[in-house]
Amino acid sequence: MFWLIPLIPGASAFILAVFGKWLPKKYVSWQACLSVFASFGISLVSFFGLLKVPPGSLPVIKTLFSWIQSGSFNADLSLQLDPLSSIMTLVVTGVGFLIHVYSVGYMAHDKGYKRYFTYLNLFTFAMLILVMGANLVLMFVGWEGVGLCSYLLIGFWFEKHSAANAGKKAFIVNRIGDAAFILGIFFIFLIVGSGDFRAITGALEGGAVTQGMATLIALLLFAGATGKSAQIPLYVWLPDAMEGPTPVSALIHAATMVTAGVYMVSRMNLLFTLSGVAGQVVGIVGALTAIFAATMALTQNDIKRVLAYSTISQIGYMFIGCGVGAYAAGMFHLFTHAFFKSLLFLAAGSVMHALSGELDMRKMGGLRKYLPLTYPTFLVGAIAIAGVPFLSGFFSKDAILTHAYAQGQYFIWALGLMGAVLTAFYMFRLVFLTFFGQERLDPHAKEHLHESPRVMTVPLVVLAFFSIVAGYVGLPVVLGKKANLFSRFLDPVIHPGHEAHLNISAEWLLILISVAVALCGIYIAYVFYLKSPRTPHRIVARFPMLYKLLYNKYYVDEIYNAAIVRPLVNGSQTVYDNFDLKVIDGTIDGAAAATGFAGKVLSLFQSGLIKDYGLVLLLGVVVFLGYLLF
Amino acid sequence: MIPVSYFFGLSIVLFVLGIIAFFIKRDLITMFMAIEVMLNAANLAFIALAKAAGSPAGQVIVFFIITVAAAEAAVGLAIILLVFRQKKSIKAEDMRLLKG
Repeated sequence: MFWLIPLIPGASAFILAVFGKWLPKKYVSWQACLSVFASFGISLVSFFGLLKVPPGSLPVIKTLFSWIQSGSFNADLSLQLDPLSSIMTLVVTGVGFLIHVYSVGYMAHDKGYKRYFTYLNLFTFAMLILVMGANLVLMFVGWEGVGLCSYLLIGFWFEKHSAANAGKKAFIVNRIGDAAFILGIFFIFLIVGSGDFRAITGALEGGAVTQGMATLIALLLFAGATGKSAQIPLYVWLPDAMEGPTPVSALIHAATMVTAGVYMVSRMNLLFTLSGVAGQVVGIVGALTAIFAATMALTQNDIKRVLAYSTISQIGYMFIGCGVGAYAAGMFHLFTHAFFKSLLFLAAGSVMHALSGELDMRKMGGLRKYLPLTYPTFLVGAIAIAGVPFLSGFFSKDAILTHAYAQGQYFIWALGLMGAVLTAFYMFRLVFLTFFGQERLDPHAKEHLHESPRVMTVPLVVLAFFSIVAGYVGLPVVLGKKANLFSRFLDPVIHPGHEAHLNISAEWLLILISVAVALCGIYIAYVFYLKSPRTPHRIVARFPMLYKLLYNKYYVDEIYNAAIVRPLVNGSQTVYDNFDLKVIDGTIDGAAAATGFAGKVLSLFQSGLIKDYGLVLLLGVVVFLGYLLF
Repeated sequence: MIPVSYFFGLSIVLFVLGIIAFFIKRDLITMFMAIEVMLNAANLAFIALAKAAGSPAGQVIVFFIITVAAAEAAVGLAIILLVFRQKKSIKAEDMRLLKG
């Protein structure tokens, strides 16, 4: 029955796309939300069903029909369910359902209401295909499908020039990664002869793939992941993607689509483990991204952009987990991150809603008493992401850092720890600037200041609840080997590399360090933005260059523009001017001109005088007779 | 008995006269008459040969030709009449609609 999970939102998207014009708005909301909820219900049932399946018979596969058959190239339209897919379907449909509900309130007055829900349903469908596809080809279909929906939803308000451009940017940057990704798939087909995950696993276990080949394929696939999951060097599209509606940022650009890369790397974990080098690259790219994006988040004033950089940074952590071989820890962070980051985005959307669309934190402050539900839920999200103990983010981040340390990757571990300080700092900077301190509101916005309707706040509360408790399915190993239910659940899918164990005191020490680091970051933010609000200005005055560098996001966009975009545009213009206009257009125009000229010459014979025609006729007869007679 | 070659001679003379008239005359009616002359020149040659060969079939065919020619003359004259209504002229040079 699990194969219905993607099909229900897909069918709903189809109905909305075709008949949406005639359906009443209320019906559209109900159908869109309920279809995702039905999927969630089936996911839940399938999850519990999966617990009873013996590990030997995993994954459960349902082949709907044979899709492509061309010589030795075969691909079925088949869906699979195993622990990894199951977790992803739960996250996608669960968080997705809450965001659908939230959207009913958030988008209530938008004129593209039905279009919005069509896209959102379509996205859910594509994402579920991505995580449930039983072969690489089907996974790639989902991979591209979510990219398309991302493009459509970033550019949802396409009348706005910046939104249309942001959509294009996201799409084009993703294309670069996808080109590498599809090359990786081709290589797998070349070597394994099939895109089926079981066949790939079999080939990898049977030693059919050399280490060099595995590295090549893994790096190509990972290049695709850097595009989709916004890692260095292809992360530039994600901050701009905040042009889309806020629930979209929460669903696509925080909780689900951008984590597709992590899912893919975990799915292919055997390949990355076999290669070794590729795993190392994943870890280092993740660590660099984690800290690089965190520093950029420090100086941004746009509330959604801070969250966007934070997302990039947190996905970096997930890749650290995958890179050091702790795929379960990476997936665990994906799982908890989905809750607290979508919570943060939705709460930020609620703040925006309250302030008539204001995004600039410099024009907020003191909102605590006006938003009695948004404030505590946002605070829960911030505490969770900062890594304060007993909330979900703490457990997952700590699991990743502990594994990095245990594997002897001290450099990655140190970067991750620094990133953790920065995370705590910028999140609480956000909290203090938005909800505390003096009010810097626009007087016009203050008139309309109101808490959001219940349809928006209830999802916030539910997400806040999960942001607190989701961590308890993956308790640290120090509390006993069986404590980490999450990791044990994933065991059949994750092929163990070499496990390194720390002794108990070292583990406790690491936990203490991460707690200290998180509290330290929060305290610095408190000093900077509440206790003595002049401190940031003093620091900016002291290091103007550094501030400018961070404020302008290391000028990466400018560098890309100068190094890649500009030459490409200029080159295309040159080719257009010289080749298109001169050679291609010249050939076509020349053919037309030659035809015209020939016509003109031939038309001279058409005098229109009947006598001329008669004369020609006569001459013809004479010549013919002459030929016959002589 | 007049030899066949005499009929042929007359037929050729008539035919050439028809051609010359067709090319030097400018009004449509005269040109049309020239065509009729050529047609009848051909008819003459035909009937002379039929007589010489003693075949009544040739003579019968000539009757048919004359019948068809009568119909054709009616159509031709009707066209000329319509041309005149359109152009107020029956000069061939005035009808140059097909000039390229």
